[in-house]
Amino acid sequence: MLELLLRPAMENDWISFDVPSLIQNFWSATFDGLTFGAIYGLVALGYTLVYGVLNLINFAHSEVFITGCYAVVLVLSSLGFGPSAPTMSVGLIILSLILALVAAMIVSAIVAYLLERVAYRPLRRRNAPRLVFLITAIGASFTIQYTIYLVRGANPEPAITMFRTSPIFDVFGTLITDQQILIVVAAVITMIATDQFIRRSRTGRGIRAVAQDPDTATLMGVNRDRIIVITFVVGGIVAGVGALFYVMLVPSGVQYSGGFVLGVKAFAAAVLGGIGNVRGALLGGLLLGVIGNYGQILLGNSQWTDVVAFVILVLVLLVKPTGILGTSLGRSKA
Amino acid sequence: MSETTPASSDNAQIGRRSAGLPPAAPMNSAAPVNSAVSVLADVDPHLAEAVAPDREIAVEVGENLVEVKNLTVKFGGLLALDDVSFTIKRGEILGLIGPNGAGKTTCFNAMTGVYKPTSGDVLLEGKSLKGQKQHNITRLGLARTFQNIRLFGEMTALENVVVGLDARHKTSVIGALLRLPRHQREEKSAIERGMALLEFVGIADKAGILSRQLPYGDQRRLEIARALATDPKVLCLDEPAAGFNPAEKEELMVLIRKIRADGYTVLLIEHDMKLVMGVTDRIVVLEFGRKLADAAPVDVRNDPRVIAAYLGEPEDGTA
Amino acid sequence: MSMVDGPKVSAGAESARLGADASSVRTTAKGTRTQRLRDRWNDLTRPQQWLWLIVVVVLAYLLPVLNIPILTTAPGNDWPLACFSMASFALIAVGLNIVVGYAGLLDLGYVAFFAVGSYTSAMLTSPDSPFLHIPYLWTIPVAMAVAMFFGVVLGIPTLRLRGDYLAIVTLGFGEIVRILATIIPAMKGQVGFQNVGRPPGVAADGIPIFANSNGTPWYWLTLTVILIVLLLVGNLERSRVGRAWVAIREDEDAAEIMGVPTFKYKVWAFAIGAAVGGLSGSLFAGQVGFVNNQKFDVQSSILFLAAVVLGGAGNKVGAVLGGALVAYIPLRFTAIADYKYLIFGIALVVIMIFRSKGLLPARQRLLAYGHQAYRRIVGKSDPLSQPPGALPPSVDPGAAVTR
Repeated sequence: MLELLLRPAMENDWISFDVPSLIQNFWSATFDGLTFGAIYGLVALGYTLVYGVLNLINFAHSEVFITGCYAVVLVLSSLGFGPSAPTMSVGLIILSLILALVAAMIVSAIVAYLLERVAYRPLRRRNAPRLVFLITAIGASFTIQYTIYLVRGANPEPAITMFRTSPIFDVFGTLITDQQILIVVAAVITMIATDQFIRRSRTGRGIRAVAQDPDTATLMGVNRDRIIVITFVVGGIVAGVGALFYVMLVPSGVQYSGGFVLGVKAFAAAVLGGIGNVRGALLGGLLLGVIGNYGQILLGNSQWTDVVAFVILVLVLLVKPTGILGTSLGRSKA
Repeated sequence: MSETTPASSDNAQIGRRSAGLPPAAPMNSAAPVNSAVSVLADVDPHLAEAVAPDREIAVEVGENLVEVKNLTVKFGGLLALDDVSFTIKRGEILGLIGPNGAGKTTCFNAMTGVYKPTSGDVLLEGKSLKGQKQHNITRLGLARTFQNIRLFGEMTALENVVVGLDARHKTSVIGALLRLPRHQREEKSAIERGMALLEFVGIADKAGILSRQLPYGDQRRLEIARALATDPKVLCLDEPAAGFNPAEKEELMVLIRKIRADGYTVLLIEHDMKLVMGVTDRIVVLEFGRKLADAAPVDVRNDPRVIAAYLGEPEDGTA
Repeated sequence: MSMVDGPKVSAGAESARLGADASSVRTTAKGTRTQRLRDRWNDLTRPQQWLWLIVVVVLAYLLPVLNIPILTTAPGNDWPLACFSMASFALIAVGLNIVVGYAGLLDLGYVAFFAVGSYTSAMLTSPDSPFLHIPYLWTIPVAMAVAMFFGVVLGIPTLRLRGDYLAIVTLGFGEIVRILATIIPAMKGQVGFQNVGRPPGVAADGIPIFANSNGTPWYWLTLTVILIVLLLVGNLERSRVGRAWVAIREDEDAAEIMGVPTFKYKVWAFAIGAAVGGLSGSLFAGQVGFVNNQKFDVQSSILFLAAVVLGGAGNKVGAVLGGALVAYIPLRFTAIADYKYLIFGIALVVIMIFRSKGLLPARQRLLAYGHQAYRRIVGKSDPLSQPPGALPPSVDPGAAVTR
């Protein structure tokens, strides 16, 4: 019986490993993975921050991110950007990109803010159980997604090329482009800025206090609601940064449902690095990006990255649920 | 809010009548006496029989049932419990007292498996509880109540108690799915024993009310009934009198004596000295995570170290 | 009877809870209409209740034949097939309700188990599949077992952790199953499996009774399955299993300390829920006769969740109604069919914020012989119909919590 079941399974190709092509493309896979991972990291940061203060997976964070992507696309296309590389001067390009970035940050921050005020705060007031929060979160995510769908339709937005990428370095025979460097460096800077904000600023101290012990923090005069709103907004701003680079890297990837899969991967990244840990988010993102890319080349289909990310998430939860750096938004030292 | 609780003792009697059992004397009329016989005289013998523990306990009455050995619990750098040892003898009511933050609840949590002790061990009938899952510790015979009441709010009082009874049930998922004979037997006996337990703590008339809708005092009683339902060898009560007025405390003392008289061993964590002095056979005093004294109530009361430890809280004084 | 007079408070203050919510002070008032309905139901004698149930069941069986003008989805959608679709959703909702409603575990990838069931049935009957072929009806238990296996495999790493992780892992799993169906060659992606088997039987005119286009027999089969599942789920509810689930939902730590092996029962809830999901997937595959990767998207999982929440999480009858409603609305009102995801997404948020017990709030009955016990106390068939006014007037339910 078992043999009868297994025989066709053997005949049919279920999974095949393409090791030579992984070896051949190892370095390019690594650099591409790091670039993707940087974006995962930026989105993961939003999950991690909210999780830190609320102990809640904000399922709608993927929609916070995707609305930022739409902002980037709409701003840039109205400024004349399109599928082919822009012909305008470098200064103008930089100005446009900054404009798009600011727009994405503002839009994402507003969506995050509204989410907190409209959906989560009433539940918190009532001290609702976790399950209610989670269902609300997924419902909100769905609502935003299909609002976008109604406004912009099911088709992906037209591609936008921001600038002509050019190789800069040659590492182990693989060319690294200026775009890759820009994305990774920007992600690292954003991460450091966020980390410093949480460690050094007064508000950051409030965030850490709420993350560590909400009740005591409230007793000590921390305005919990204000801190939570700020945390959502900070998560939104960072997601906006991620949105710009996502559009830069995947020019045709902006679609109403596009946030969802990226969201699950970003969450996996946050868990991998240690959810609630700001540095862990970037580390997890980079790692996940690289491993996912290896998996994709090894298994021969780009959709394997999602599967690999998922398997990593389950494995981390099985072996070390606190992730690589541990869950320590509250405990990080000033 | 305060007018809600006095109702509870009246209801206890209503419960007896309506449940078809002979009316018993009001609980608060029972004089605080230590003799098991006279305490149980208030209780219907059938009821006492139905509630009494019905399993083998390996140690004789008066022998060490629980041994806490060099128990140490550290939270980060904080030493919450420092090398504490004491025993609980079968059939006694042992008090565990100490000022706020002395480590009483920590000790409790370490015993019942909520915290993993940093070092040391807890033995039940000579067998270590180390590494046991929490639900297993309960099944082995260490049941507890919670300082901040933690009932299953959407369940009725009776259902709450039956969850406790389930700890000793053996029906499998398949058995329940197909309503096999064992399931039916257990469900029927659960109703009987569950009602008897509610009757015993005096809230049988409220068996069908959602536990979150019960008055505060009844919720405390229900917690005790639910813990008793697991048929414990040792019943651990964590500040059962918290939030009670003196009359209610008096009733609680009667109930605790009744429980012991029915054959249970009780560990009582309490803040209120009067209650502890009135009901316990022996008292362990903790202070700053260390054991300060371990003696009979009279000796503890006169122990200058204990008096010193409590000096900051005159209202709990040694009266 | 404080509650009957208090609907104005209750509509908003209807305590928003699926699980333990000790710190919110709530009134005992329910939405008065459902409360009154339930009171009237509880006042009926047992035989009367059975009589009513029989009437309802007979009407349910007659549903596709009657084709009531206001209800029918025709001409836009074939009415018997719409009935099957409603029954399918209802069955799914009953299964998901075990996980979400009883045990309080959020499963956002329930469609995955549905898909596993569909593929199992398809791959064991379709001529497109190289596998061993068995009669369609035999694939149903196999589909349940395979779905259950996946449930356990997924549950073991995640159920030890906090509920959020389960939610995200199941969300991912729902998507992964679809992706795997696309990228693993043996699963045939969009090409899929044609001619999935059907139950035996041929009508007089030579057409199989269970033809793909003939919704009525499929509806009857599914309805029968629903009734059996409801009966079995009811058995579980009124047993230590149901009590363990609700205890876990209410306060997991307390449940563990009261001797409930919480992990074991969570895995059971997950596995049983998965099995029902597989069962409905198997029926679906049989009716449609064709399975490919296009039918199992994440959106469906959320619709299933909406069905459970709409009907009232924890209430199996509510789940049936919720499921039927979620399937029915887009089929009946085709003008808004395009907006269904938006509508149900908003519905999820609104219900959670204002009425987290759903349209039919009902408490689980967790004792097999509870009736007898409660009757002894109040001399009534059921204490749950007893108005809180029967308590001493001074007893304010909220007081317990606030003091």
